[in-house]
Amino acid sequence: MAENKLLVPDREAGIIGYGAYIPRYRLPVKEVARVWADGKGGLPIHEKAVTGLDEDVITMSIEAARNALARSGIDPTEIGAVWVGSESHPYAVKPTSTVVAEAIGATPHVLAADWEFACKAGTEAIQASIGFVGSGMADYALAIGMDTAQGRPGDALEYTAGAGGAAFIIGPAKDAVCVFEGSYSYATDTPDFWRRANAIYPEHGERFTGEPAYFSHTQTAAESLLEALGATASDFRFAVFHQPNTKFPMRVAKSLGFGQDQIEAGLLVPEIGNTYAGSAMIGLTSILDIADPGDRILMVSYGSGAGSDAFSLRATEALPRRRGSAPATLIYVKRRTEIDYATYARLRGKLVLK
Amino acid sequence: METSQHWRLRKQRYALVGEVCPHCESKIFPPRDICPDCGEDAREMYQFSGRGEVYSHTTVYQAPSGHAENVPYPVAIVRLEEGPLVTAQLTDVGDQPIEIGTPVEMVTRKLGADGERGMLVYGYKFRPALVER
Repeated sequence: MAENKLLVPDREAGIIGYGAYIPRYRLPVKEVARVWADGKGGLPIHEKAVTGLDEDVITMSIEAARNALARSGIDPTEIGAVWVGSESHPYAVKPTSTVVAEAIGATPHVLAADWEFACKAGTEAIQASIGFVGSGMADYALAIGMDTAQGRPGDALEYTAGAGGAAFIIGPAKDAVCVFEGSYSYATDTPDFWRRANAIYPEHGERFTGEPAYFSHTQTAAESLLEALGATASDFRFAVFHQPNTKFPMRVAKSLGFGQDQIEAGLLVPEIGNTYAGSAMIGLTSILDIADPGDRILMVSYGSGAGSDAFSLRATEALPRRRGSAPATLIYVKRRTEIDYATYARLRGKLVLK
Repeated sequence: METSQHWRLRKQRYALVGEVCPHCESKIFPPRDICPDCGEDAREMYQFSGRGEVYSHTTVYQAPSGHAENVPYPVAIVRLEEGPLVTAQLTDVGDQPIEIGTPVEMVTRKLGADGERGMLVYGYKFRPALVER
């Protein structure tokens, strides 16, 4: 292994508040198989979350951010940066982050920007927030990972491309519900998945998405972080990985030595689908809903193209006191209205009306 | 509507920011700078909680231009817990029955787009309260 670059800021940082959002509509993926595969073939997940007609990354980010703010107890004007990571920003040019910042009352004395890196745009924003807070440039930064993912009708991605995500307010460790013990980033030029400018649907490298892409990056990032911290899988009560389907995170967890009991709480993909930039982050919110003070948590994201960010967190005494200030992630998971493929096609704008 | 109008209304539209009367404590929405209760000057900003209940409701099947893609959709007059009545769309109703008195909460949603190339417009709607209160 090359030189280990553990990321640790001068000032210890942590999560001050966290919030999730999942839209209410659910498409059972057997509906995709019914329309496109005669009902045949294996199903990678049970069902996926679908946005309503009036939802997009901006509206979903606003709700997750409001939940994070409620748990943080801080005034929104104290936030120094609003950063939104996504691959489905509603505008090609015009920031998501300014609308979110305005809606939550964080404007105008604030840094706002959108981040992109396929499915790890959100954890990039977390890394930057740790640096921003850890250097003392700001006391609080809001990092959001949110997506309403695209998939060509009938393509393998349509079975899993869901919607949702999470928001975290990063701040000094003394106020945190969990602290960052250290983080790690690992990136290479690996063309496993992409969407060209102006293309509606992404392309992917079929089987190339597995071994050289997802597994190599998540595993290396996680192993490097654990090695630098002198930790092993058994030191953690929970672990959460990017979840493009159910199989990938379970396999990488197993090869790192994590058991099913450690990953179950954060494994939301069977019920909400792959939420892309929100995937590992919303899994973390579900873990924070049940973790006890002192529990250690490993989060590993993955973004195509390709890279992984790995984080080691430790829950504090403040966590149980603050989690009740916003809806638990499972409330959003259980709030569901089942839809068929026709309604899904309408909600996702796949019907030509003019 | 012009871009400038959307911009001017963004605070009240995104987050239900109204006014409070410094003379009689009345909460005012939409903001109008004059208290409708006592007629005095009222310019102090007030952040509404977003909680309220359905005062009256109906369903729109013949939508005005710009909203045709969303029919049928429910519209309600909502009594905010601070007092004012607000007309807005309901959203995320699913299969929950809507009745007079149903508890609702404000969410910021897409109200529409200014044509194919124009700006996206966001603002308040109300949905059935996520958590019982």
